[in-house]
Amino acid sequence: MDQAYGIFLYVVSLLTMGGIYAILALGLNIQFGFTGLFNAGIAGFFAVGAYVSAILTTAPSARHLGGYELPVVFGLVAAMVVSGAIGWLVGRICIRLRADYLAIATIGIAETLRLILKNETWATNGARGVSEVPKPFEHLPEPWNQVGLMLLVLSIVAVLYFLLERARTAPWGRVMSAIRENEPAARAAGKNVEQFRIQAFVTGCAVMGLAGGLTAHYLKFIDPNAAEPLTATFLVFVMLIIGGSGNNKGAILGAILMWTVWSATEIATSRLLPDEWAIRSAYVRVFLIGLVLQIVLQRFPGGILPERRLSAAKGDKSSP
Amino acid sequence: MMDFINFHLMPGVILGSIYALGAIGISLTFGILRFANFAHGETMTLGAYFAFTLVQLTGWHPLAVLPFAMILTAAVALGVDRVFYKPFRAAPAIMVVIASFGMMLMIRSVIQFSWGVQLKSLVPGIQRPYILFDALRISPKHMLIVGSALGLMLAVHLLLSRTKIGKAMRAMSDSPELARLTGIDTEMVIRATWVLGAGLAAAAGVFLAIDTHVETMMGFKLLLPVFAAAILGGIGRPYGAMAGGLIIGIAEELSSYAWLGDGPLLAPGYKAGVAFALMIAMLIWRPSGLFRGKVF
Repeated sequence: MDQAYGIFLYVVSLLTMGGIYAILALGLNIQFGFTGLFNAGIAGFFAVGAYVSAILTTAPSARHLGGYELPVVFGLVAAMVVSGAIGWLVGRICIRLRADYLAIATIGIAETLRLILKNETWATNGARGVSEVPKPFEHLPEPWNQVGLMLLVLSIVAVLYFLLERARTAPWGRVMSAIRENEPAARAAGKNVEQFRIQAFVTGCAVMGLAGGLTAHYLKFIDPNAAEPLTATFLVFVMLIIGGSGNNKGAILGAILMWTVWSATEIATSRLLPDEWAIRSAYVRVFLIGLVLQIVLQRFPGGILPERRLSAAKGDKSSP
Repeated sequence: MMDFINFHLMPGVILGSIYALGAIGISLTFGILRFANFAHGETMTLGAYFAFTLVQLTGWHPLAVLPFAMILTAAVALGVDRVFYKPFRAAPAIMVVIASFGMMLMIRSVIQFSWGVQLKSLVPGIQRPYILFDALRISPKHMLIVGSALGLMLAVHLLLSRTKIGKAMRAMSDSPELARLTGIDTEMVIRATWVLGAGLAAAAGVFLAIDTHVETMMGFKLLLPVFAAAILGGIGRPYGAMAGGLIIGIAEELSSYAWLGDGPLLAPGYKAGVAFALMIAMLIWRPSGLFRGKVF
């Protein structure tokens, strides 16, 4: 019975974190899947969201900025606004250049944000991070507090999914794929390509900020290394590409699937292997995930659930 | 005044010559293969680790094993290109950028697995700096780094301006279509680009390791300043990359000088942000770089 309860709690935590990754993958799907924008700084936007929400909702502390004790909802909304605003700044500068420049600039902004979070100790408590972040439903008895948070995360995933599916099939989404597939044609059709790209980039960044805020509340703690920047960024890319870039269902499926593999192999290696090998096996896992990505890119570029093209043909009844 | 030269300008020149070597490879792969190679930082790390193992095996000076480390690194780069990048030659550039992003983590995890994550030093012991004219302090290893880096840059210049393959590389960087029409063997040029870029990256890694130490994240920390240097100089412009590297290195070190008042102008913790700021400024005002490179 105890074991069954333990497994139940593990599944709950798996779905909570998997759900947060699904939000990140959906955010990346708006940028990369719909529009072809390469954001290599996911961890940066995630961290900004986490800190903003944590600082706005935490009780006063002498160690960092804060003491506003706002409700968690305000924290999450502010997280989206601030991450989106930073995304807007980056987008304004780099969006007219090719994807490579955006990738370099976003990796740079993520590193710069990490420097700021580490060095501005008056606001962020530096490397020691912000602790005692309030967690929604924490007054409920165990395990319902955990279940409550899981349901919150999963319902956010569901709402996002429906909004993004709507956006994808709406004229807005079609302009996006038009830009990705044939930019000169979209431009010739009178679409303001830069404007649409910035909209997609900012929306994606705001969604990533939301995921960051949720993580801070879930873990009750955030520090500059809470998400090891590249592995986190890379993992989200792998999730989206394996699930199916451009497909919202694929993004969610890829996130839950890869997170399960990632966390289950971590537990398996730390239990089964002696310490020294357990540390080394972490590198093997990163290597294997990278290899899987390379194979998927070369052999199955569509992923598990390839993008469903909206056909303009008359026979299509599903399109409005 | 001497403090300014000894503790800010000289370290800037040393760091800058390391950046310059790394930036040449980034700039050439960006110009010739048309993608931003995110695995370039890890190539530098790999070169430093090869040199570390060779020094352990032979007991020679790091500079003596450098050519072998460069050859090994170039061989790895050629293999990686063959297996992971070549299938995407005709595909949109974004695919190969993702592939290189994956390669960055794959190469790093291989390094962490094989060599461990502890700091290692290439040259044990502390060197006393020479003191010239009673005030100018420069340590032998720094003279070595700047001297060898200048030597390598001269070699790159001769290669690009005097040899057939070097001219073919410049031609392809200027216009791949024209280069192909004139009968240049593009795959050959691509291989030469990897050998040159990876060899110089290995040298940059070894020089950084001589200056500081060998560690698994050293290349990633170089990646951003090196990209900034390549963009500053102009993509596909090797001479621009050299100049860009020196400018970024010197700017990073000068940013913590007490220009106004007593304290450093910028807290030393933000040194790494200077390269990024310069790069963003360049992307806003002059994306083609100082030497009129390409903008994609």
